[in-house]
Amino acid sequence: MHAVEASGLVKAFGATRAVDGIDLTVPTGSVYGFLGPNGAGKTTTIRMLATLLRPDAGQARVFGHDVVAEPAAVRGRISLTGQYASVDETLTGRENLTLLGRLHKLTRAATATRADELLAAFDLADDGDRLVRTYSGGMRRRLDLAAGLVVRPDLLFLDEPTTGLDPRSRSEVWRVVRGLVADGATVLLTTQYLDEADQLADRIAVIDHGRLVAAGTNSELKSSIGGGTLHVRLRDPGDREAGLALLARALGAAVPVDGDPAGLTARAEAAGGAAAALAELSWAGIEVAEFALGQPTLDEVFLALTTKEKVA
Amino acid sequence: MTATLAFGGRALKKFRRTPIQLLDVAVHPVVFTLIFSFLFGGAVGGSIDAYIGYLVPGILVMTLLVTTGTTGAALSVDIATGVYDRFRTLSIRPGAVLTGALIGDLVRYALASVVVIVLGLALGFRPAGGVAGVLGAVLLVLLFAVSLSWLWTLLALTIKTPGAVLALTQAVLYPLSFFSNIFTTPATLPGWLQAFVDVNPVSHLVSAVRALMAGTAPGASLGWLLLGCALLTAVFAPLAVRRFNAAG
Ligand SMILES: Nc1ncnc2c1ncn2[C@@H]1O[C@H](COP(=O)(O)OP(=O)(O)OP(=O)(O)O)[C@@H](O)[C@H]1O
Ligand SMILES: [Mg+2]
Repeated sequence: MHAVEASGLVKAFGATRAVDGIDLTVPTGSVYGFLGPNGAGKTTTIRMLATLLRPDAGQARVFGHDVVAEPAAVRGRISLTGQYASVDETLTGRENLTLLGRLHKLTRAATATRADELLAAFDLADDGDRLVRTYSGGMRRRLDLAAGLVVRPDLLFLDEPTTGLDPRSRSEVWRVVRGLVADGATVLLTTQYLDEADQLADRIAVIDHGRLVAAGTNSELKSSIGGGTLHVRLRDPGDREAGLALLARALGAAVPVDGDPAGLTARAEAAGGAAAALAELSWAGIEVAEFALGQPTLDEVFLALTTKEKVA
Repeated sequence: MTATLAFGGRALKKFRRTPIQLLDVAVHPVVFTLIFSFLFGGAVGGSIDAYIGYLVPGILVMTLLVTTGTTGAALSVDIATGVYDRFRTLSIRPGAVLTGALIGDLVRYALASVVVIVLGLALGFRPAGGVAGVLGAVLLVLLFAVSLSWLWTLLALTIKTPGAVLALTQAVLYPLSFFSNIFTTPATLPGWLQAFVDVNPVSHLVSAVRALMAGTAPGASLGWLLLGCALLTAVFAPLAVRRFNAAG
């Protein structure tokens, strides 16, 4: 049985079709990444799957239980850490965790042990007895993630779990997620970072304007996007048009970078092609201030996915 | 039951740490009692001593009514901050969150009652109903307050904006309190206002509380009140629980 099976999910807020017909299958025991820009409908989809929002149309099953008809059965198997910290400001970090432990019907002793474990795991051991009101944004976020794990859920929803975290906390969260999955849990997470999806997820769905633009395993998606990306920053923004034309000829699609008058990016299937393109720029007398060969950014993924034919 | 108690404990912890709620419970009754007994005591009741017996039951009722207003506001803060989203994804008994919060409220209400009674006693209030009468009166007010809290709970779950919830509850509670027999005898009011005061449930509550504290029979008011409490709870409690569990 799949952890999540959804078909034709729709949710509209007034005239906004936040989710506009999404089909989704999340195999049990996998990490599923939901990738999309602001307003794509990621949070709305997750809230419907977590029984917090009623779909306008379509249906969704979590471990075979319908989210609308059998919310109690679904709630028994899931845990959600939403996009915005949903911890209680007027309690301490530890009290937040113990409250949830009691609600999960753990004994007092088990609750206390679990709270200590989680505070340690999320680097909050020294701050556990401070009021959450005095926490920094990242500390709140970590407590929020810990709160979702008081009892190990079979399916964990994480809505942008690492937004606002420093690199160390971020890799800590990744480590925790991997540990959960190794123990048999399923994780559905949303992210705006391609590298996060890449690092963690077995399968990725790219979502935009409430629709799936593409879905597949990482390698399927990557091959549909192209190997890598060449980022170039010209010394003279005036050369941008010429540089763009040249890169487009050498590498195929090339686009200007938003917000950087001298920035260009182009898809580069192989490092050799990128090197040749850079050489051509210099022959043409277009001076390059910086260049980098890297993973496509989310923007580029979208560009690639929307200019290409839809991937399965 | 564990869940309800856990939420009750949470409410009390929050209460201890939110000085503004303490203000509601402790300062409000003191200020009102002092203002009314010293400013108007002489004018309305002839003397402070005579008026205080009339005033204490009224202040008790008013304090608790105003305190119920924070119930809805506190809940809407939880909703606005997303704390309830997590509770709603837990597999706990539907309504435990709400009944737990009410347990916390009940403690607040009881505390406010103690403040009013003790202050009254200090100012010379000597209820003829004795301990039993006062206790009965307090229980009646607590029952009314908890029943009314279900309405505010439903309101908070429907409106969801903390400021608006508080404003709305106050817009209902203050007129109900002032246009009642809390501070004055209706006989001194113009006819149309007197008619309102007479049907105002708060007046019935105050009359019953006065009777109980004075050791006289509360009469039909008590029956109407108990019926009103039963109705408030029977109608608004299930609606609030349904609303809480319903996916938005
Ligand atoms: N409660 C709401 N009322 C009205 N509109 C809403 C509501 N929730 C979401 N929307 C709208 O639905 C669309 C999708 O929102 P959603 O929060 O699902 O996006 P998202 O992919 O999570 O974005 P982000 O990356 O910014 O978190 C947006 O246009 C948003 O404005
Ligand atoms: Mg979101």
